[in-house]
Amino acid sequence: MTQTFEEISPADFFYRNRDIAGFTNPSRAVFASIRELVENSLDAAEIAGTPPDIYVRLTFEEDDQESGIYKLRVEDNGSGIVSRHIPSAFGQVLFGSKYKLKQSRGTFGLGGTMAVLYGQITTHKPARIVSSTGSTKVYIYRVMIDIQRNKPIILERRVLLNKEQWHGTIVEFSLEGDYFRAMPKILEYLKQTALVNPYANITFIDPKGRLFKFSRVTEKMPPPPKETLPHPYGVDVEMVKRLVRVTPHQKMMDFLSAHFHRVSERIAEKFLEFSGIPKTRNPKKLDPQEIVRFVQMLKRFEEFRPPSAACLSPLGKDLLTAGILKELKPELTIVCQRKPSTYAGHPFIVETAIAYGGEIPKGGDFVLYRFANRIPLLYDEASDVAFRVIKSMNWRRYKVSPNMPIAVLVHTCSTKIPYKTVGKEFIADRPEIKREIQNGLREVARGLQRFLSKREHVEREKRRLSVFSKYLPKIAKFSTELAGRERQPEIEKLLRSVNTSG
Amino acid sequence: MGEKQQDDSASAVKKKKETVANLEKLGQRLYDQMEQGEFPWVKMPSRSIENIRYNPDLRQYVLGERFVKRSARNIRHIRPLSQLVWTAFFAHKLSTQRKTSTLRDVYYSAQAYQMSFKDQSESDNVITDLETVIGLAREDFNVFPEERSAIFGDLTIEYNVPGYEGKRMNLTSHPDGLMIGPALTYSEFVKTSADKVFAIEKGGLFTRFVEEKVHEKFNALLVLTAGQAPRATRHFIHRLNKELELPVYIFTDADPWGMHIAMVIISGSANAAHLRDLTTPDAIWSGVWATDIINYDLPSDPLTEIDIKRLHELQRDPRYKDELWQREIKIFLKIRKKAEQEAFSRYGLTYIVDEYLPAKLEETR
Ligand SMILES: Nc1ncnc2c1ncn2[C@@H]1O[C@H](COP(=O)(O)OP(=O)(O)O)[C@@H](O)[C@H]1O
Ligand SMILES: [Mg+2]
Repeated sequence: MTQTFEEISPADFFYRNRDIAGFTNPSRAVFASIRELVENSLDAAEIAGTPPDIYVRLTFEEDDQESGIYKLRVEDNGSGIVSRHIPSAFGQVLFGSKYKLKQSRGTFGLGGTMAVLYGQITTHKPARIVSSTGSTKVYIYRVMIDIQRNKPIILERRVLLNKEQWHGTIVEFSLEGDYFRAMPKILEYLKQTALVNPYANITFIDPKGRLFKFSRVTEKMPPPPKETLPHPYGVDVEMVKRLVRVTPHQKMMDFLSAHFHRVSERIAEKFLEFSGIPKTRNPKKLDPQEIVRFVQMLKRFEEFRPPSAACLSPLGKDLLTAGILKELKPELTIVCQRKPSTYAGHPFIVETAIAYGGEIPKGGDFVLYRFANRIPLLYDEASDVAFRVIKSMNWRRYKVSPNMPIAVLVHTCSTKIPYKTVGKEFIADRPEIKREIQNGLREVARGLQRFLSKREHVEREKRRLSVFSKYLPKIAKFSTELAGRERQPEIEKLLRSVNTSG
Repeated sequence: MGEKQQDDSASAVKKKKETVANLEKLGQRLYDQMEQGEFPWVKMPSRSIENIRYNPDLRQYVLGERFVKRSARNIRHIRPLSQLVWTAFFAHKLSTQRKTSTLRDVYYSAQAYQMSFKDQSESDNVITDLETVIGLAREDFNVFPEERSAIFGDLTIEYNVPGYEGKRMNLTSHPDGLMIGPALTYSEFVKTSADKVFAIEKGGLFTRFVEEKVHEKFNALLVLTAGQAPRATRHFIHRLNKELELPVYIFTDADPWGMHIAMVIISGSANAAHLRDLTTPDAIWSGVWATDIINYDLPSDPLTEIDIKRLHELQRDPRYKDELWQREIKIFLKIRKKAEQEAFSRYGLTYIVDEYLPAKLEETR
């Protein structure tokens, strides 16, 4: 028997393995499509620096409600896409603008394209993209994907005049789905997205024509993340080889301080001394073995300063509080932002919150809201590091008893979120991240404890006072009669002293 | 037989006066505390197990040195204190209006004053507190238990209760005996020809004794305890022994429960450690003993597990340290049998009166 070999394109690969990107079945597919397009829109609005206005509409295709074919349209006011990149952005898997080292929702150049690809293989219809960067022109494309070659096929391209200087993107395509099974997750997703993006307006019209509107409560957006260089602890051999290939520098000294994050000349010098590499050595002359050793030495050198968090964009206490108040309507919100930390050379920041009372549901376990880079994680809760941390904590220490109306929120930001799957569903157990989540949760739990103790105290005082004012007069009355006196003794002062003594 | 005249002619009346005075003093104390801007409080001996000890001189349980303070300043005390004050107020009312009440009655009466007790055991407990605070038994402030026992024999008493003041009665006047209720408990003893008291556990035997004229043949007053003697009855027996100097002989079933009925008459119970005048330390348990089961070859039943467990408890009880008790407990445990008073009927209806009683009186005199 002879074996036949063939090569498949990335699009082909994801076509065959669409499960790993979350497109498992018609219900998950609608959910994933909406989610990927909304996240692209949020990213784009942040790049444009405008508070996002996102409009999502899902309709039955051609009034045929039985077929399970829907049309999805997502419109935003984001940065828009440069005309020549539009076809590839949606017609080519693993094509994107977010490979840079800074926090963003998208990562692989995969999500939006997967949605379009899924639509194509279930309906065989092209996607329609309208976009403008705010220039004088608006571009309209109709594209399909050549799956075997991982290339866009442009069916139509039109250019309109952009009189209103509109910027943004509209993506529209057809797909097979099961909206009614997906509905609870979609609504939950939108609600939680609104929570961590309290500066966004999100409107959703579902196939029954129902309107769900999540309005912004603030125009303020968190400071945008800055792009950063790779940190010496976070690079591997391949990354160093690429840097060596592109660097204009001839000396290791200059190479180090130019291409690595947080490496000053002084540190570079120290490192080269430590690793026994001459300062003037030409990086382009390093042989493969030397590169491997170089990477090993980078990891071993202990004096590199931790990566800065400028490439991260956490929500911040105020926005987090605003988001929780708006979407969860609790009685009390306590938030905490941990200091930046790193794992394997990747910076990260953990934000935690506890919401108590108000409209938070009572009973059973806490509601856990998990977020990563400002997107909600809705599946596989029990596998998530935050879930495990919550389970391992002794909540009774914080005066928390079962059935209290409590929601716990954990938001992790990083240039590289350690997801366990491509589907962005749960975060792995990295000890560094786990510790930060733990510390963050302890801090908000202590805040809750202070609140609960104080409330308990107030209530005990109230009960106390009512007990005293119920029984003291009785004691006065009956002892007056027993003693055979006319007038009752003065007890007002005693009652007042109970009130103030605490 | 010489008649005995009561020298302290109005002991019951005196006791009543003392009760009323004590209750009023309690009210005054609390009143004054409040007038002085102090949270009202009372202090009383602790009735917790650790503070109950057996006093060999008094031959009864007494409370130790530990005291508890109930203060209205304490959130956990204020409600029981208010209940205590109300109960004192109610007891005072009963005493001065010369009315009587029962434990259950007190529990219900509280509601008329917007006082609430969770249940009767809470109100019973507060009544015991009041006994401890003023150092008198609830019967002294006219609160009686439901159970009643009876007495029969040649004793003339004079009533104190309203409507009967000065009226006399001879306790042979009714063949079923007279109920030892509130009126009898606090009557004065006028005269008697009896020179001893028989306390009997069971109603059947009591009636047999009356029919067989035991009171005449033996010059005895017959008291039916009807099982465990109520406190009023124990107090009454105490008075017969103290005031009339009559020796007391107790007849019970031959089992640990019968033994204990006798012991409570003699040495009292831990529950009443805060009270005096309920015990008759010189009273004698005359039978039916375990020994009698053997000697008289009485029809018997085997001891149950519970009986045996109870016997082991009694064996360790300080009240049972005397030789007679220890011996009988041992025999019970050895023969593993028990018998009822009625068991003597196997020898004919009058055997117990004609043979057993004289023999036992001789033996335990
Ligand atoms: N709504 C949008 N506005 C602006 N650019 C977009 C939008 N949607 C997609 N893009 C561009 O298309 C690229 C590919 O998107 P996608 O396949 O979702 O991958 P990813 O978001 O992971 O980069 C993005 O990197 C981005 O540059
Ligand atoms: Mg994306």
